[in-house]
Amino acid sequence: MKDFSLLIGGKAGFGIDKSGLILAKIFNRLGFKIYIYRDYPSLIRGGHTFSIIRASVKKIATHRDKVDFVLALNQETIDLHRGRLKKDCLFIYDSDQSKDIAAVCGTGVSISAILKEENAPEIMRNTCIIGAFVKSAGIKREILEEVLRKEIPRDLELNLKVAFRGFEQAKELIKIEPLCNDPMPLISGNEAMGLGLVKAGLKNYLAYPMTPTSPVLHFLAELSEKYPIKVIHPESEISVALMALGFASMGQKSAVGTSGGGFCLMTEGVSFSGMGELPVVFIVGQRPGPSTGLPTYSAQTELNFVMSSGQGEFPRLVVAPGDAEEAYYWAGMSLNLAWKYQLPAFILSDKNMGEGIYSFDMNSAGNIEEEPGLKWGGAGEYKRYSLTKNGVSPLAFAPLKDQVIKINSYEHDEYGITIEDSETTILMQDKRLRKEQGLCKDLEKLAAVKVYGNKKSKTAILCWGSNKGVCIEAAEILNLKVIQPLVFSPFPVKQLQKAFAGVKKTIAVENNATGQLSGLVNSFDFKVDKKILKYDGRPFSLEELQSKIKRALK
Amino acid sequence: MSEVNLNTYAKNTWCPGCGNFAILNAFKSAINELVNEGTPLENFVLVSGIGCHAKIVDYINMNSFYSLHGRVLPPAQAIKLADPKLKIIGFAGDGDAYGEGLEHLIFAAKRNIDITMIIHNNRVYGLTTGQYTPTSPEGFRGRSTPLGTKEMPINPLELMLASGATYLARGTSHGIDLLKRLFKEAILHKGFSLVDVLQVCVTYYNMYEYYDKHVYGLIDHNAGDFNQAMNKIREWDYNSEAPVALGTMYSRQADTFEDKFSAQGSVSTDKDQLITDFLRTAI
Repeated sequence: MKDFSLLIGGKAGFGIDKSGLILAKIFNRLGFKIYIYRDYPSLIRGGHTFSIIRASVKKIATHRDKVDFVLALNQETIDLHRGRLKKDCLFIYDSDQSKDIAAVCGTGVSISAILKEENAPEIMRNTCIIGAFVKSAGIKREILEEVLRKEIPRDLELNLKVAFRGFEQAKELIKIEPLCNDPMPLISGNEAMGLGLVKAGLKNYLAYPMTPTSPVLHFLAELSEKYPIKVIHPESEISVALMALGFASMGQKSAVGTSGGGFCLMTEGVSFSGMGELPVVFIVGQRPGPSTGLPTYSAQTELNFVMSSGQGEFPRLVVAPGDAEEAYYWAGMSLNLAWKYQLPAFILSDKNMGEGIYSFDMNSAGNIEEEPGLKWGGAGEYKRYSLTKNGVSPLAFAPLKDQVIKINSYEHDEYGITIEDSETTILMQDKRLRKEQGLCKDLEKLAAVKVYGNKKSKTAILCWGSNKGVCIEAAEILNLKVIQPLVFSPFPVKQLQKAFAGVKKTIAVENNATGQLSGLVNSFDFKVDKKILKYDGRPFSLEELQSKIKRALK
Repeated sequence: MSEVNLNTYAKNTWCPGCGNFAILNAFKSAINELVNEGTPLENFVLVSGIGCHAKIVDYINMNSFYSLHGRVLPPAQAIKLADPKLKIIGFAGDGDAYGEGLEHLIFAAKRNIDITMIIHNNRVYGLTTGQYTPTSPEGFRGRSTPLGTKEMPINPLELMLASGATYLARGTSHGIDLLKRLFKEAILHKGFSLVDVLQVCVTYYNMYEYYDKHVYGLIDHNAGDFNQAMNKIREWDYNSEAPVALGTMYSRQADTFEDKFSAQGSVSTDKDQLITDFLRTAI
């Protein structure tokens, strides 16, 4: 098997996430590359939750509709996902609970009985069904044991016992042959962003919990137990943004994370970041709106919002990574560029990219060296907002003997004292805007736009963010070109022109209802012929996108 | 004592007779004394909100962070956490601290972070030209409430005591010596301190006569006793005719937020090793 998918489903609170990760790590040890899609409702217990673990010989970043294996922890999983089954699929369920499933090509395991005999808690249904699957798929028992030993934090021995009982009861039905590849780290987009920020010298992370970005908060909070970063969860997103500005004024690199609703509260801080020239990285994890919307699903709806957030005019960096490597690299670069040019930077994430799990290849992610920022040399009198050729004023931080450092949200002079006169207003506005020129030049050296698929094709798929993976795979099958802008502000016109060279027809693929990237590229005179828009909160599957592109090609 | 020159070239635009001058002068004297007593001038950072009060940071030649309306405390707390040896003084108006920024005030008090808040409480919005604030008395006729407000004021000191502030005091802009003493006390207090200054807005709410008639200095008051402090704080509710006590209402020692943060252990400072270790466990 070169490419297969497994769905594990049950009630929220059953431990589906953890089980999905254990299964993924088993495939990882067999040498496969992984992508996990997680689907869960906005509640704590009950409700249907499932994960699709896809394994492939090549690097992937999307899921398929059709699956080869289903691990059903309850009857609902069988009922809801019947349509996904391939003809020769392998279906594992609890034969003590779901009796009437003649229509399904299933393998029953008496999970309830095993749990009862071993006096094991309900949560161990997972380990039992995983054990049965491992045997059915012809995977070695040692691999199962190795992964469980690493991943199960509590009651390991009982878990192993239950897993082996499941293993023993099942019959080997097929054999997933191991590949000769080394296993790779499996990490989420959220973790990748956290690592990129740490690599670029993050000192503080601030957030008020909000799906789908809370995992960045949890991840960094855990790291802060052994690494000197402060992770703070203040009273509101307003406080989050303004605290980050306070840290920036002290020379401490900081990032914040939220989703659209929380970002609404941060926008006064965004504007202050622009005026005060206080660098902060804002992670905005998108989910369907307006308002509370679908909290645990995904969208690409905040491009316009982020691009124009905050009153007034000031330069900003806006990026949207499409997978874990890009999440790592662009999180680090965002912090670096924010500090080099003293401005706000935004990382547009979404639930699919943030909570999706990828095989992570550090070597292909790109190197990040911490940006020191322009430091003041110490001669004469310090002026926080000194006028310079490229608009970047040297930085100094309190306490500094015999010097005064003044930060100001009002229009101000070079010292940071409030002014209202016309001449200084123009000088300072021009100074701030001038910084964008340097930023543009730096971005020209980076891959701000990427091209994949058949680079000679006259038809291009235009996509951004988490749709990268599914678009590349679909385009490879259909022999098309893919154009993925990663930077939106400053807009990489030159790189996009190069990418569009020879393209006659462009099909945009976006997870929103109005085509926000299409609108943005249009404003720079790039034409979009057709739009494939999906806004039900669910990601495109490979099959779905393939058929939609075929229709658009007609 | 050598005098530190704290003046800037910024032109002062407060109205003649404004109560803010008293706060400015009392604060400068307090800083002068503190610097002479050994605190380096560069170790102070002033943070202000937006409003007439906030112009004070343009008028004092010290490190400052001129923040947004209601947002004195978020950056002030971050600056303290970034370098706990710094002395952070926040200036805010009553609209700023008790209105738009109330959530931050309560949380800063709850954390007992070592910051001093000086509230220019003139009980009216000055810079936006005369609207009621959270501490205006019921029936206050402002430009947004021409028929008079229909709500009671809050008693900010009562709220702060309940929230966990460890130093609370009240002064007026008709008493520079007391203000200077209270500012010094508050700055030297380790923990969250707040001085509510009954400052007078000569243009929109001139209360000089009222305050002069009702204020008295606290004597025989045990500021370490929560119940005594609460009783004194409740004597005047910012609404009814009652004696208005001035001085240190409450003061006690307690652990501070920034100390708990710096006590948090850090095992490794090698970020590359940290990343490598994490990626290894993710296999």
